[in-house]
Amino acid sequence: MIDEDELEFRQPGFDQDRGAELGLGALVCLVVVVLVAMLAFILKEAWPSFAHNGWSWFLPGGNVDTQIQAIFTSGDLDQAAKFMIRAWPLIWSTILTTVGAVVISFVCSLFVAVFMVEFAPAPLKLMLEPIIRLLASVPSVIYGLIGVMVVVPFIGNHLITQSEKASVTPVIQLSGYSLLAAVVILTVMISPIMIAIFAEGLRSVPRGWLEGSLALGVNRWRTFWRIAVVTARPAMVAGTVLATARALGESVMLSMVSGSVAFAPNPVDGLIFLFEPSRGLAPTILHNTDELSSPPMKHTLFAFAAVLLVSALGLSLAGWAAKQPMKRYFNVGGAAA
Amino acid sequence: MSDATIGGGVQPITPAPPSTPPRQRQSASGSSSAWRLTDRLGLAFAWFLGLLFCAITAAIVIFLVVQGIRFLRPYMLWTNPKVSYTQSGSGGFFDPMIGTFIVAAIAIGIAGPVGVGVAVWLSEYARPAGLARAVESTVEMLAGAPSVVLALFGILLFESTVFAPLSYTSGGVVFGKSFFAAGAILSLVALPYVVSSVREGLQAIPNHVREASYAVGKTKIATIRRVLLPAARPSVITGYMLGIGHVIGDTAIIVLLLGDTETFQGVGHVPILGILRGTGSTLTSYIFDNAPTGDLNQPNKAYAAALVLLLIVLGLNLIVDVFGRRSKELLWS
Repeated sequence: MIDEDELEFRQPGFDQDRGAELGLGALVCLVVVVLVAMLAFILKEAWPSFAHNGWSWFLPGGNVDTQIQAIFTSGDLDQAAKFMIRAWPLIWSTILTTVGAVVISFVCSLFVAVFMVEFAPAPLKLMLEPIIRLLASVPSVIYGLIGVMVVVPFIGNHLITQSEKASVTPVIQLSGYSLLAAVVILTVMISPIMIAIFAEGLRSVPRGWLEGSLALGVNRWRTFWRIAVVTARPAMVAGTVLATARALGESVMLSMVSGSVAFAPNPVDGLIFLFEPSRGLAPTILHNTDELSSPPMKHTLFAFAAVLLVSALGLSLAGWAAKQPMKRYFNVGGAAA
Repeated sequence: MSDATIGGGVQPITPAPPSTPPRQRQSASGSSSAWRLTDRLGLAFAWFLGLLFCAITAAIVIFLVVQGIRFLRPYMLWTNPKVSYTQSGSGGFFDPMIGTFIVAAIAIGIAGPVGVGVAVWLSEYARPAGLARAVESTVEMLAGAPSVVLALFGILLFESTVFAPLSYTSGGVVFGKSFFAAGAILSLVALPYVVSSVREGLQAIPNHVREASYAVGKTKIATIRRVLLPAARPSVITGYMLGIGHVIGDTAIIVLLLGDTETFQGVGHVPILGILRGTGSTLTSYIFDNAPTGDLNQPNKAYAAALVLLLIVLGLNLIVDVFGRRSKELLWS
């Protein structure tokens, strides 16, 4: 130990230092290259599907499940590859589950974060933090299992009436695998991410700002909403955006809970809308992984992946950008919540 | 949403009763009686949601523990899955459990050193600034990339001839599925957690520590290796544990890249390498397959495996808690 230290003292070791910097620089470049390569490869594989369908790829038209079936078999047989797909029902399902969960989760997370940072009694404060970390680290397949074993049967047996089931029998089956189950469980899954980032933002608001407001006679509730919550707005944006990216990419839980029919739930149907099954982009990829051997199917699945990846990367980038102004004033944390 | 509880743009001033001294930092319920109704409703709602959150967590944990204890039998921990139509004849989940450990080891074996390197570079070098911004946003984007998409990228990568020797091949067909493939792609999942935790730890070390080290003639890299990284060790461990937690919880990458065969299907005759090049399963994919929506549909086994998985996750969380507290206790004066 000592002689090594002395060795370094005698030789300033600038070469070694320079080498270390270059080595680490090469390493970080590699990480960037991996991400860029991922984007490039996936877009390249996805291109045939987009090229054949044009903008109508994103539009509604026909039954997606039969289209996917046709695409798959066209790769198997000695026939021309088919690429016809109108992916709107899948996109619509992804949008519905994501937006539904994010909106509910935003409201709840904001209140829970405010409660946790400011209003909870000390023992509860101490308890809430590990609880949130635990909830954030429960694997999604466990959420899916609970959904399938508890939430879905509950919805199927108690919330949907027989007449509602009968009213749509010719079109779809209402069995509890539904939009409602998907949104409820997704909300529980993404709330911890939001709460953690919100709370971090709220905590970093300087105490003096709040005390200034309290000294003017404004009560604690209003002080906190008017000063802390408003100041921590960048953290709100960042948390929401990261949670949205997470919800967008969720595949396992949704494929277990939301039903596996490519059906586009229709808000015009009234209350039944919530009970209608659907399947988003990510669960569709998971659902059809065995069919990657068929080249047109592979391109189609990569097209789904490309849509997901580009939107998720865009969201993460936006979240990162939103956090920057906050970082200048206080130290608000990194990627992982 | 937040404005709803504030009500209008008027600055509300509720005058405190003149005789009582200001009673801030006391229990919220004690001082809220003089508040406006909307404020009190808001506070009540916050209490309700906070307690609801605890209740949901407690319900999930208790439900899983109860169901797990009902269905978990010791023999499941050392027997392999068997094909059977009855829940009693389908064996246990020894291979999936070992698979979980193998995958976690490979993933953290890659993500750990790389993550520490990236964090050190970001915190100590970060030159040129443009590259630093690119790296930072890359890590951020990796954290947000959907795991199915990462898995598809993995299949593409390991089907290619460069990496083909590392993945499951049968009759000359490269499947792009193996423990190597799954571990390598899962390291991308773990990387952001390692990077952000280590980076936070390094940034918490005040500058005079670095200056003191330079003052006694240490070079920058020696300072990093002998002063900064040892001081940031709790954060490094926290980052590793967070990374492992997300690796063992991932299902999509396992289902796509590990081949999803219930037991290990090795390749070739080299004992350990054969398994690593072959396909298998982990606890998450075992649960996925045994859920009513999966191929095997044996929910009792799924509950038992879920309990084991939950216990592993709880253990990792405990380690994070302990080291998180320790890194906060490190005082620099």
